[in-house]
Amino acid sequence: MKRLMLALMALAICSPALAVDPGEMLKDPALEARARDVGAELRCVVCQNQSIDDSDADLAKDLRQIVRERITAGDSNDQVKQYLVDRYGDYVLLRPPFNAKTVLLWLGPLGFAIAAFFIGRAYYRRQKQEAVALSPLSAQESAEIDRLMKDRN
Amino acid sequence: MIAEAGHFALALALFVALAQGVLGLYGAQRGDKAIMGAASGAGVALMLLTCLALASLTYSYVISDFSLVNVATNSHSAKPMLYKISGVWGNHEGSLMLWVTILAVFGAAVVLSGRNLPPHLKARVIGVQGLVALSFLAFILFTSNPFERLARPPLDGNGLNPLLQDPGLAFHPPFLYLGYVGFSIAFSFAIAALIEGRVDAAWARWVRPWTLAAWVFLTLGIGLGSWWAYYELGWGGWWYWDPVENASFMPWLAGTALLHSAIVVEKRDALKSWTILLAILTFSLSLLGTFLVRSGVITSVHSFASDPGRGLFILAMLTAVAGGSLMLYAIRAPSLKAGGLFAPVSREGGLMFNNLIMSTAAGSVLLGTLYPLFVDALGGGKVSVGPPFFNSVFIPLMIPMIAAMAVGPMLTWKRGDLVGVLLRLKFVLAASLVFAGLVWISTGGRIGDLAAIGGMALAAWLFFGSLWELGERALLFKAPWAEASKRLRQIPLAAWGMTVAHAGVALVIVGIVGSSTWMEEHIQNMKIGETVRLRDADVKLDSAQEVPGPNYNALQGNFVFSRDGKEFLRLSPERRQYRMPPRPTTETAIQSTFLGDYYTVISDPAPGGGYVTRFYWQPMIPWLWTGILVMTLGGLISLFDRRHRVGVPQGKRRP
Repeated sequence: MKRLMLALMALAICSPALAVDPGEMLKDPALEARARDVGAELRCVVCQNQSIDDSDADLAKDLRQIVRERITAGDSNDQVKQYLVDRYGDYVLLRPPFNAKTVLLWLGPLGFAIAAFFIGRAYYRRQKQEAVALSPLSAQESAEIDRLMKDRN
Repeated sequence: MIAEAGHFALALALFVALAQGVLGLYGAQRGDKAIMGAASGAGVALMLLTCLALASLTYSYVISDFSLVNVATNSHSAKPMLYKISGVWGNHEGSLMLWVTILAVFGAAVVLSGRNLPPHLKARVIGVQGLVALSFLAFILFTSNPFERLARPPLDGNGLNPLLQDPGLAFHPPFLYLGYVGFSIAFSFAIAALIEGRVDAAWARWVRPWTLAAWVFLTLGIGLGSWWAYYELGWGGWWYWDPVENASFMPWLAGTALLHSAIVVEKRDALKSWTILLAILTFSLSLLGTFLVRSGVITSVHSFASDPGRGLFILAMLTAVAGGSLMLYAIRAPSLKAGGLFAPVSREGGLMFNNLIMSTAAGSVLLGTLYPLFVDALGGGKVSVGPPFFNSVFIPLMIPMIAAMAVGPMLTWKRGDLVGVLLRLKFVLAASLVFAGLVWISTGGRIGDLAAIGGMALAAWLFFGSLWELGERALLFKAPWAEASKRLRQIPLAAWGMTVAHAGVALVIVGIVGSSTWMEEHIQNMKIGETVRLRDADVKLDSAQEVPGPNYNALQGNFVFSRDGKEFLRLSPERRQYRMPPRPTTETAIQSTFLGDYYTVISDPAPGGGYVTRFYWQPMIPWLWTGILVMTLGGLISLFDRRHRVGVPQGKRRP
């Protein structure tokens, strides 16, 4: 229960809103644009599924400042992300990295697509087999039909 | 007293639902008309009882009866009436009440409108509906009772999250539920068909309108939620791939597949067992969606475990519905006879292609949504699966899908001629390329935009292709106008509906691509009288003042837009501080134009005497909302097709 309360408290401070503030923005628009690109890929780790750019939690603000400090210090986008991963773990990345823990996640959709392909192929194959099984008449059947047709006339 | 009456009605409903389930299934098995009739009666009684219960809960909200735990936790006496009422379904218990009421209303609709349904099929459908209602009612009564009283009622309630006090969101859950629950009818028909071991065109004609109606509601519901996020959250984001959103998107994807494969059952008597499977999956995903949002399992696995009663019940119910019906499917589906044959390149093949892609997409969204829960539950720690993952999976799936959407309707049934159709679409291809080229030039011709330009070309391909198909049907440009207009009038509404809905998808794509590529943003501190340039307009902060509201105080900013010194627009966004619960919200002010929205936000006063303001140019976003409306319009048009209203010829039925 205590844990639940903590979780709820954490959520309570995470109003979703664009929180990037003019005070924290970088003067250079190119660098600021990079900070926004990086920010959209980073999770506000105390919130539910919000990036640091769209949460007004205090932690998100701290992370936005760290991102801008690292970018100003000359880090590349990947280096900034790595800097935060070193401190918060992979959890901070909204795009989960490909590793043992996420292998099923990343390969799953591909697996579904392959499965869909084979389901479709199996459907058409079976259909063809059934059609083949139905189609040719034996000589006896043909003779029978001829006889029936003759009787009708 | 009123609340107790509601509680009693709910308890009574539980037994009525039990009777409906048992009598319906048993009566059909025995072929006993009297028992089957009793099940129908129970269906109507269930509707009345659940409506009574929901009405009494609503009444408790309206009069702010804080001696009910549910009202005290979720309402407040100073709330406007609309939000007192929408507060009924703004919480776990109340939303389940709404859910089960809609279920009962739909069940009664089958009872009352299904006079020309074969009696066995009807009784079984009603029976399955009864069992679904039974499990929901048990869940409400035993774990989530909205009528629980407080020994010491508080003087006032806790209030509703102010973000949710909004007209768009007030109607978002009812529409979602109309969608989710609508799919329950398709599910009940599927189970009934499995029991009977028989699926035919008559069956599909019953399932299609229900599925279509559910799809229309769900599309509108998702659209409303998305629109709300757009104007309420303050920066124009409208889709976050949040688990809560995915919860409604998965049934939509599966339901869209179901809608299309039911066509093949009706027209060609094929894909029968596949359609049944989709009906089961769609409803299972609807159930999952309902619970994902309301049970708190998304927030953390631990909150799920902290309330084991609810958690176990949900797991048991999902297992029973999904597992039980899939088992039944595994046993009975092989006995469904395959019908009409078709080649991969054919109209049916196109619809099947849609099915496979939509199912793959639904599966992938499901995987991404639940993956963090599984990893956490298995002790693997926390994983984030955010928008970048979903985008990189979803977009590649949608590209072939949309490309095929223009081609599929032009293929003939059974065996189509792909090359021939592509040749017939050569003008459409040319028009799409020209359109994309014009967009590229007019947006500055940047190399980095080429992916977006590809998206625009795809949207144009779908839009023009859909219209072209309609034109060819009517022999437009080939036959004289008198002949063509006669043919246009003779095109069935279902075909018009398809064209309109597909064109709506094209508009949606234009909105998505445009808004995510060419958005313009300005965030700054502004003093009164200062001006900022937004796209083609000068935006001046004219004044700012405090404005009182019913349960909040607002800071209102007045922005004047001018072009070449001439004023053309005033927008007044607000920053609201609600009193109960004490939370701030942004009320954006937006002006839509043909090419996009001017979007303004005012935030807190900034140090030094100004205000934090945010301005956006959201290009093409009105096309997104229009597209969603056009899609639902297409669904509605198709719903009014004569076939769905006129009964199936008697001769086709079982005696």
